[in-house]
Amino acid sequence: MTRGYKLLTFQVATLAASAFLMTTIASITKAAPPAAAAVTIDNFTFKAPVLTVKPGTTVTWTNGDDIPHTVVSKTGVFKSKVLDTGDHFSYTFAKPGQFGYYCSLHPHMTGTIIVKA
Amino acid sequence: MRDDELDDSRRGFLKCMAWAGTGALFAFDGGIGSSIGLDAALAAPHRTAAAPFTFAQLSDSHIGFNKPPNADARATFAEAIAKVKALPQKPDFIIHTGDVSQLSRDDEFDDADQMLKGLGLPVFFVPGEHDMLDPDNGKAFLDRFGKGSKGAGWYSFDHRGVHFIAMVNVADLKPGGMGNFGPEQLKWLAADLAGRSSSTPIVVFAHMPLWTVYADWGWGTDDAGEALKLLARFGSVTVLNGHIHQITQKVEGRVAFHTARSTAFPQPAPGTAPSPGPLKVPTEQLRSMLGITDALFVRGHDRIALIDSTLA
Repeated sequence: MTRGYKLLTFQVATLAASAFLMTTIASITKAAPPAAAAVTIDNFTFKAPVLTVKPGTTVTWTNGDDIPHTVVSKTGVFKSKVLDTGDHFSYTFAKPGQFGYYCSLHPHMTGTIIVKA
Repeated sequence: MRDDELDDSRRGFLKCMAWAGTGALFAFDGGIGSSIGLDAALAAPHRTAAAPFTFAQLSDSHIGFNKPPNADARATFAEAIAKVKALPQKPDFIIHTGDVSQLSRDDEFDDADQMLKGLGLPVFFVPGEHDMLDPDNGKAFLDRFGKGSKGAGWYSFDHRGVHFIAMVNVADLKPGGMGNFGPEQLKWLAADLAGRSSSTPIVVFAHMPLWTVYADWGWGTDDAGEALKLLARFGSVTVLNGHIHQITQKVEGRVAFHTARSTAFPQPAPGTAPSPGPLKVPTEQLRSMLGITDALFVRGHDRIALIDSTLA
């Protein structure tokens, strides 16, 4: 009897512990920030010019140049306002695909975001 | 246009001359450049009684720019305007070859407008890519500086027998490309030139260069060749631009190309820096790299003299 009770206690404790663990894991997953990636603009260049990210990733471009730039999708998917020095622009890529973009002021500046699961 | 003004050009071969640099001078005759003395050129007898006229070019004022090497592009633009006022011969008008503003903001356009009004002269504008940054892609610029223009801001006018063509190569730029006129503007140009005598001196002004100065930095105009084909039959064509913030020039056949200095900041010579960003020169050097261009027409000689002077 005593032994069986002890066993039961152990089982209950294990269950409670794993339940606690699962809740913790769930809450960690929930609290984790959504995927993010960064592209800096320096010396009239997008760095990196080709960036591969997972669906749901928010990409942020930041202009490090003394001259304004823009980030404009070649297919009209996204378009930033003019970014002066230090300004940034973000876009969240929900679906897989390949997204070419350029600077509408300096169109020789081009880049691509590849979204792949 | 008066008949006697045209006499000489009807009679013979058209000469085109471009002068550049402070006091330096190049004479171009049928595309072959030769250097002659400035004083000798100014003393050359005029073959007709028509008075010569001048106009001045301002470019790349970038009102609102406030970073090294120029903390106040308004101040240097004011100096450039003072320089125009001090020219020995009062220009008939001013052309501004674009990048009036840094960010197409209303206060930037307004400051440039007010400063230029102080000159009391007509000003003819073309937009630069920095003037197309409002949410409506250039409407703010056109509403203020492009009244009566067509499309993205192109137009033409005549002055004392010279045909001036303002063209826009900064609208709707294509990814991976350089400057661009687009088919609609080229069609307009063809119609604008049709029926004009080939002896009419032509001045084309635009923001970006019409020849490829440096493709890696986008310093050129992708479809400029089509515009130049339409201009090929004219005896004297002068193409004036800005955009690259330094003087470059070349002559091809009867076409003289010339880019003007900025009034805000210099840019590096092609390929001499990692990027075409502002050349961060010491303050004491800055004004020697900013300036204005004075263009002198001597009727009867059918030549244009371009005299660049700095703010130093």
